[in-house]
Amino acid sequence: MSNTQPEAPSLYAAREPIFPKRVHGKFRNLKWVLMIFTLGIYYLTPWIRWDRGPNLPDQAVLVDLANRRFFFFWIEIWPHEFYFVAGLLVMAGLGLFLFTSALGRVWCGYACPQTVWTDLFILVERWIEGDRNARLRLHRQKKLDFRKIRLRLTKWVAWFLIGLATGGAWVFYFTDAPTLAVDLVQGTAHPVAYTTMLILTATTFAFGGFAREQICIYACPWPRIQAAMMDEDTLVVGYRSWRGEPRGKQRDQEDSTTPAGDCIDCMACVNVCPMGIDIRDGQQLECITCALCIDACDDIMAKLGKPRGLIDYMALTDEIAEREGKAPKPIWKHVFRPRTILYTTLWSLVGVALVVALFMRSDIEATVAPVRNPTFVTLSDGSIRNTYDVRLRNKHGTDRPFQISVKGHPALRVQLEGTPYGAVTVPADSTQLQRVYIVAAAGSDPANSERWDIRLWVEDTSNGDRVYKDTIFNGRAN
Amino acid sequence: MAKQPHKKHEVETTGHEWDGIQEFNNPLPRWWLWVFYACIVWAIWYSIAYPAWPGLKSATSGYLGFSTRAQVAESIAEFETKLAPMNDKLAGVELASIADDAELRGYAVSAGAAVFKTWCAQCHGSGAAGAKGYPNLLDDDWLWGGTMEDIHTTITHGIRNTDDEDARFSQMPAFGRDELLEKEQIAQVVNYVMSISAGNTPQDASLVAEGEVVFQDNCAACHMEDGTGDRFQGAPNLTDAIWLFGGDYASLYETVYNARYGVMPNWNTRLSEAEIRAVATYVHGLGGGE
Repeated sequence: MSNTQPEAPSLYAAREPIFPKRVHGKFRNLKWVLMIFTLGIYYLTPWIRWDRGPNLPDQAVLVDLANRRFFFFWIEIWPHEFYFVAGLLVMAGLGLFLFTSALGRVWCGYACPQTVWTDLFILVERWIEGDRNARLRLHRQKKLDFRKIRLRLTKWVAWFLIGLATGGAWVFYFTDAPTLAVDLVQGTAHPVAYTTMLILTATTFAFGGFAREQICIYACPWPRIQAAMMDEDTLVVGYRSWRGEPRGKQRDQEDSTTPAGDCIDCMACVNVCPMGIDIRDGQQLECITCALCIDACDDIMAKLGKPRGLIDYMALTDEIAEREGKAPKPIWKHVFRPRTILYTTLWSLVGVALVVALFMRSDIEATVAPVRNPTFVTLSDGSIRNTYDVRLRNKHGTDRPFQISVKGHPALRVQLEGTPYGAVTVPADSTQLQRVYIVAAAGSDPANSERWDIRLWVEDTSNGDRVYKDTIFNGRAN
Repeated sequence: MAKQPHKKHEVETTGHEWDGIQEFNNPLPRWWLWVFYACIVWAIWYSIAYPAWPGLKSATSGYLGFSTRAQVAESIAEFETKLAPMNDKLAGVELASIADDAELRGYAVSAGAAVFKTWCAQCHGSGAAGAKGYPNLLDDDWLWGGTMEDIHTTITHGIRNTDDEDARFSQMPAFGRDELLEKEQIAQVVNYVMSISAGNTPQDASLVAEGEVVFQDNCAACHMEDGTGDRFQGAPNLTDAIWLFGGDYASLYETVYNARYGVMPNWNTRLSEAEIRAVATYVHGLGGGE
C-alpha cells in the first residue's frame, strides 16, 4: 500500500485571528467621524428631554411599550398608526437599495453596528495591547506571564464595560432614562431591563471582541442580498491589477527583465484589513468595502512617489475601460443613473407621503364598529335600536369632552350607554370604548329599511374639532 | 518573488460543475461545530428535563415535572386569588350601588360577559338577542322586571323549574286544550289582542269587539284590563311591539289554545353569588336595564 492517498480536506476550520494595523487617511478619518456620530446618537438620544405637558413623558425619544406609545420629539405615534413605522422601514429599505446600487456595501463598511462596534473594540485593543506587531507577538507568546494576563484582563474589562454601556443605553429607549438609571444602580429595576442588558452586553462583548468578521461572513444575510443589488456601475473597492502587476519588491524588480508593476507587495493593504482578506485577489464576499486598504496603499504610493489609487473605489465598467486604455467614467456618472434616480424618487415619494400623513392627522379620532349580534333590537314602542361600539381617541395632553351626534334622518336619536347626556369625557392621551345606541322611531324610514346610511359625528366641544364616520343603520325589513 | 504569507490556500471543489460554475468545498468554521455540539447537549438535557419521549399510553413526564395542565391550573388559581377581593366586594355590596362604583361595575360587566357566554348564551344567544321562546335581553321589555333586583332574583332562582321552590312561577291556562274557551272565542280574543298591540293589526277586525268581552272576562285578571300585563305575576304586556312567542295570528292562537311555559334553571346551585351579580350587572347594562 502506498501512502500517496491525498489527505481528506478538513471539514471544519478554526478562525484565523486578525490583527488589523493602524491606518491613517481620508477614509479612516471619515470612519472616525461616522463612529463618533453614530455612537453619539445611540448613547445620548435617550437623555434628550422634550416637554410635552404634565400628563406625558418628557423623554424626546421613547418607545413606551407598556402604554403603547412611541414618542419622537414633537411626534406621538399610537399603535393604530403603525403604518408610519412600516413607511419608515420601506424608506430604510429603499435607502439601502439606493446606497447599495450606487456605492456597494457602504452600509457594511461605515454604518453597520457590527462594523462600528468592532472598530471601537479594535481601537480599545490597540490602546491596551499595542498595534499589529505587538498584538501578534502577544498572541504568539505561549507563556502566560503576568504581563499577558494583565493586558488580556484589562482589554476584556474595557470591552465588557462598552458592552454594558451598549446594553444599558438600549433599555433607556423604553422607559424614562434618568429614573431607570437610578433603579438599575439601586437594583430595583424590572427584571426585563436587567435581562435585556445582560443579553446585549454578552452579544456586544462576543460579537465585537471575538466573532467580528465571522458575523459578516457566516451570520449576516445582508452580503448575499446586496450581491443581487450591485451592477457594473456600482462603486466598490478594487485593485488596479493592470497597473500593479507584476508585483514585487523594488530590489527584486530591478533585477527583473519584465516591466515592474506599481505594487511592491508590502502587504500594507492586507495588514489593515479587518476582514483578513487580500483585496488584490479581487471581489470577495468577505469585503465590507471599509476602504481602509485604500488609505494604506495611498500612503505607500505617496512614499514611493507614485500616483495614488492603486487600490481605489471603482466600478466594473472602469476596469474594462482602463484595461483598454480609456478614461474611466467620472464618479458622478456612476452615482447618477436611472436606477439610483428611480430609488431616490421612490424614497422621496414615500417620505413625502409620510410627512403629509403626519400633518394631516387629527388630534381626535373615532372608529365605529356596528354591533351585528343582533343587527337590531325592537323596543316595546316598536322603535328600532342599533348598537355601535365607538372607540374615541383623545390625543391631547388634557381630558376632553366628546359629543356624539347622528346625521342621516330626523327620526334617529343617539343615546350613550352609562350616561343620560350626549357627551362623554375621554381622559388625556387615551382611548375610550363607548357603546352608542341609535334609535329610529317606530314606523320611520330607517326603522322600516333594511339599510340606512348614517353618519356619526364626534365633536370635541372644548375646541370644536369634529370627525365623522359613516356607517349603516339596520332596520326591520318588511 | 517574495513569499506571500496570506496567500490563500487552494480550496477543493466538490467536483460539481454547472455551466462552468464550480461548487467550493469550503470548511465550516469550527465555532459553528461547537455551537452544533452544544445544541445536541442541550437537546438531550431538554428531553430529560421536560416531557419528551412518547410511550404507548403517555409520554415521559420529565425530570422537572413540568406540565402544561398544572401551569394552567396554577395560573387559574393565581387569578382567583388576585380576583378574590373584587369578588368578595361584589358579593357584599348593595345591588343598586354596583353601578355607582366605576371600577366594580367595570369588573362586574367583564366578568358577567364571561359568565353569560359560558352559561346563558345557549338559550339567550351570544349577543343576548334571544330567540322564539327565549327572551331578548337587549330590549326594554321584561316579563319579571328589569331592575338589578329583579334580574338578580330571576337568575338566582330561575323560572318554572322544579329545583328551586323560590323559582318565579306563573301558569297561563291552556284555554283551548282545556276547553275553557270555544275556538270562536279564541279567534275573537286573538284579534282583540292584535288590535291593542303596537304595530300590529287584527286579522279580522269584525271580531275585535267580541274579543274584548272575552278578554275582559278571561284574561284581564293577569294581563290587566288594558292589556299592559303584570310583572308580579309574570304576565306579559300585550300592548307593546314585543312578542316572545310571535305576534302573528297563528302564533297567538297557539299561545291561547295551549299556553306557553318557558323554563329557566336556578343558577344559585351552579354559580357563586359574585358570578350571579356579575352576570346580572352585565344583562342590566345591555341596553334595557331599568
